[in-house]
Amino acid sequence: MKELICIVCPKGCHLRVDEAQDYRVTGNGCPRGEEYGKMELTHPTRVVTSTVRCTGGAHSRCPVKTDGPIPKSLMMQAVRCLDGVELTAPVHTGDIVVPNVCGTGVSFVATRDL
Amino acid sequence: MYDVLIIGCGITGAAAAFQLSRYRLNVAVLERENDVADGTTKANSAILHAGYDPEPGTLMARLNVRGAALAKELCAKLDVPYRQCGSFVLAFSPEEEATLRTLHQRGLDNGVPGLELLTGEQARAMDPNLSSQVTAALWAPTAAICSPWEYCLALAETAVRNGADLRLDTAVTGLERQTEGWLVRTNRGDFRSRYVINAAGVSAQAVHELAAPASFTIHPSRGQYFLLDKSEGDRVGHVIFQCPGPSGKGVLVAPTVHGNLIVGPNADPVPDDDVGTTSDGLAYVRSTALKSVPSVNFRESIRNFAGVRASTDRGDFIIEWGAPGFLDLAGICSPGLTAAPAIAEYAVQLLERDGLALEEKQTFCCQRRRVRFHDLSPAEKARLVEHDPSYGRIICRCETVTEGEILDALRSPIPPRSVDGVKRRVGAGMGRCQGGFCGPRVVEILAREQHISPGAIVQDKAGSWLLAGQTKGGCDHV
Amino acid sequence: MYDLIVIGGGPAGLAAACAAWEKGLNRILIVERDKELGGILNQCIHNGFGLHYFKEELTGPEYAGRFIQMLKDTGVEVRLDTMVLTVTPDRQVHMVGRDTGYRIEEARAIILAMGCRERTRGAIAIPGQRPAGVLTAGAAQRYVNMEGWLPGRRVVILGSGDIGLIMARRMTLEGAQVLACVEVMPYSGGLNRNIVQCLHDYDIPLYLSHTVTDIRGRDRVEQVVVSQVDERRQPIPGTEMVFDCDTLLLSVGLIPENELTRQAGIAMDPRTNGAVVYENMETSLPGVFACGNVAHVHDLVDFVTAESQRAGRAAADYVLGGAVPDGPVLEVKNGDGVTYTVPQHIRPGRVAKNCDLFFRVNRICGDSQILVQSGDTLIARFPREHLAPGEMEHIVLPRVLLDRASDSITVSIQEVASK
Repeated sequence: MKELICIVCPKGCHLRVDEAQDYRVTGNGCPRGEEYGKMELTHPTRVVTSTVRCTGGAHSRCPVKTDGPIPKSLMMQAVRCLDGVELTAPVHTGDIVVPNVCGTGVSFVATRDL
Repeated sequence: MYDVLIIGCGITGAAAAFQLSRYRLNVAVLERENDVADGTTKANSAILHAGYDPEPGTLMARLNVRGAALAKELCAKLDVPYRQCGSFVLAFSPEEEATLRTLHQRGLDNGVPGLELLTGEQARAMDPNLSSQVTAALWAPTAAICSPWEYCLALAETAVRNGADLRLDTAVTGLERQTEGWLVRTNRGDFRSRYVINAAGVSAQAVHELAAPASFTIHPSRGQYFLLDKSEGDRVGHVIFQCPGPSGKGVLVAPTVHGNLIVGPNADPVPDDDVGTTSDGLAYVRSTALKSVPSVNFRESIRNFAGVRASTDRGDFIIEWGAPGFLDLAGICSPGLTAAPAIAEYAVQLLERDGLALEEKQTFCCQRRRVRFHDLSPAEKARLVEHDPSYGRIICRCETVTEGEILDALRSPIPPRSVDGVKRRVGAGMGRCQGGFCGPRVVEILAREQHISPGAIVQDKAGSWLLAGQTKGGCDHV
Repeated sequence: MYDLIVIGGGPAGLAAACAAWEKGLNRILIVERDKELGGILNQCIHNGFGLHYFKEELTGPEYAGRFIQMLKDTGVEVRLDTMVLTVTPDRQVHMVGRDTGYRIEEARAIILAMGCRERTRGAIAIPGQRPAGVLTAGAAQRYVNMEGWLPGRRVVILGSGDIGLIMARRMTLEGAQVLACVEVMPYSGGLNRNIVQCLHDYDIPLYLSHTVTDIRGRDRVEQVVVSQVDERRQPIPGTEMVFDCDTLLLSVGLIPENELTRQAGIAMDPRTNGAVVYENMETSLPGVFACGNVAHVHDLVDFVTAESQRAGRAAADYVLGGAVPDGPVLEVKNGDGVTYTVPQHIRPGRVAKNCDLFFRVNRICGDSQILVQSGDTLIARFPREHLAPGEMEHIVLPRVLLDRASDSITVSIQEVASK
């Protein structure tokens, strides 16, 4: 039995995941919590947010996020992919900044207009 | 070859430079830090004392009373925030009432105008938040508050405007007596001067000993303070002292010219110019202040700081020839801020007596004005912004400081080189958020106007770097 | 003359202005001191925003972007880079801007949406030297996320508020080493999910019941000393740990930014540090409303949005409907376990159907009941499995229940004995 805090939403449900019973989840407030509990013990993932350099806009950095979760173990490596990338304004929310991050099929996308 | 070279640009050095810049002389001021007013001058009680504390007959007594009068005039001419709010010394017991009578007599001997002994009720009628335990008070109407760093800056700027040569980041490493005057060795080359004035504050002993055998010992004494938000600024209307003890004038509670409340200092000996605060020191300051004014709300504290006073083994200012042509202005602890212009006046008399010819400059300009947006009326604000839109951009929200004022400072005779340099000149970052919002904007303006990278901007002294490097492999990535 | 002036173009101001527009106000002005709308959301580039309101997980800039887009479809006027200097009791707003000049505008209603600021070192009197490198987590966030500068390489964080936790992760991802997160209370001040995904994910230790007792370094931070504290939050001698670091980030609380509010003579609540408000977010000054973090510090922007929409609609009602008699007023009192409530006053006659009530608790509670009483009468009871000071609580009081109360209602927490 493993105790976890659900991070799917800010509520932070206290989950109990039973590895012995096929990762049965209790304590979750919603179905997404159940999914999180299972995933977190089998193969944990995270959405990663960061920035990239940008010229010609109001700021010198543009915020980005992965457009889906990537394996937790790849977080640092994913962020390093952004080093040296430079956007030129105009940038639009949702523009793909780095496709297929670390071979995950997930892309870094811009999260604001600049 | 300079006529006079001053070591140190705190209030004493700045006042000396100002006084000398009246005459046709080549004057240099060497300051080891990257700004003026960066030692004791920027961290003290900001009080211009009336002059009842020093023993009659001392230099302190004479120069305090004279300095207080000169300060009033200078602050008006040089646009330095100044308010003659008066001060109380409180007594809580018959023994302390006896002390008040002693202080009163000293004040009379020293020529302090307007002193009065009041009852506790009379004092509370004038300052209602005083403790109900106060049994009597000494009222000194000539005590005043000022902005000590702006006072120093104004004196130094005026000296520079009138031709004095200010060299920042210049630390004296050696002093050699020559057939004519002195050779002053520094980290930035050698200088020659007929006279040298030692106004090095806490370091005055070290500087003296570069030129002459040891003759006095500085015992640095640290004082810790609370600065409270403007919401507490009206807690008292006057400077509130307790009876002085062996280690100084004790913990005071006072309004500041910026509208805040200042509380402190304690006094603890430190080996050097360590300006750290300690929890014991602050706790002492707090509990002692509450004895005078029980309602001070310390939850409104916005900053703690400490300053180091250059106390010595002599108990009086040391204003004397340390060696031929080498004049010590040392041991300038309290009331040094008050006495500074009188010390400078006296120092120049000593130089003259020694043979320095003083010929007044016809061009001497003793005026200074700066824009203080916050203090203007709506109509004046409107006119100013129309004339120059940079006064319409508020950089510091807490103190309502505009970009225009920062640009003015950058074009002034002694432009700021650090974020705190900007703070001391225009007040940005002095408020309740302590630069949380405006800090990054000030960095941006300093970098832009000086054509340097934001990564090169420091908080205060050299070495107080702010930014480690750019993210994302930017050019300054380290 | 404007119908409504909204002071602040962050999430609160944006939502309030949009809601007031939808309710039929035509002449609305938002005054924003920054060069762009969105407020602090622009620097909150992490995700986790919008789950309640948009039912999807957005980053801060995306959340702001949606409202900025909505605003574009209205006729709301916006003045950027313009700072409000004064609000007078007769609803004149003095403002100044580089391009807009010094202006005095009048409004039928005003919404205060200035947000909050961070507590600083001076507010909590951390002893030690005063080198560079001690900064608030929010200032560090602006440097890292918007300006592309890393404020330090070896970091200790004091306070486990959400911004501090978020910055622990951000600084780590940008190549800094975060050595510790230190919290004086025995529990974290931030959301649980942030403890997990900002600290645990990166093996950053969290020291609960610890605080910083010394800062060392003449010019730049060189060391920070951390000590354990006792139940009275006093450092325990002998427990000192020394961290070699160049940066101390502070995440030690937020203070609503109410200088304009106080200046206008509006009644304040020392518990929230915000204005005392009625059920519709109206302050003691008729026609002046407050919402978002200027009224009380929220932990979720979604709740800021909802609250601000209520304020916007109420401001519209005020302008369009004219003065309505107050009727009876209930004072909301804090009972056991409750540190503050918003609103502080309820006019049942003004409550259409339900009244939202927000509050915080003063300790971590397990299985509990939130009790609402008027005098000795229990009006309502809400069960909760978990309550924490870091998480704002929300209950909904139907009008029919409020009508049973007289003079005041008291909100308190009762822990159910553990099973």
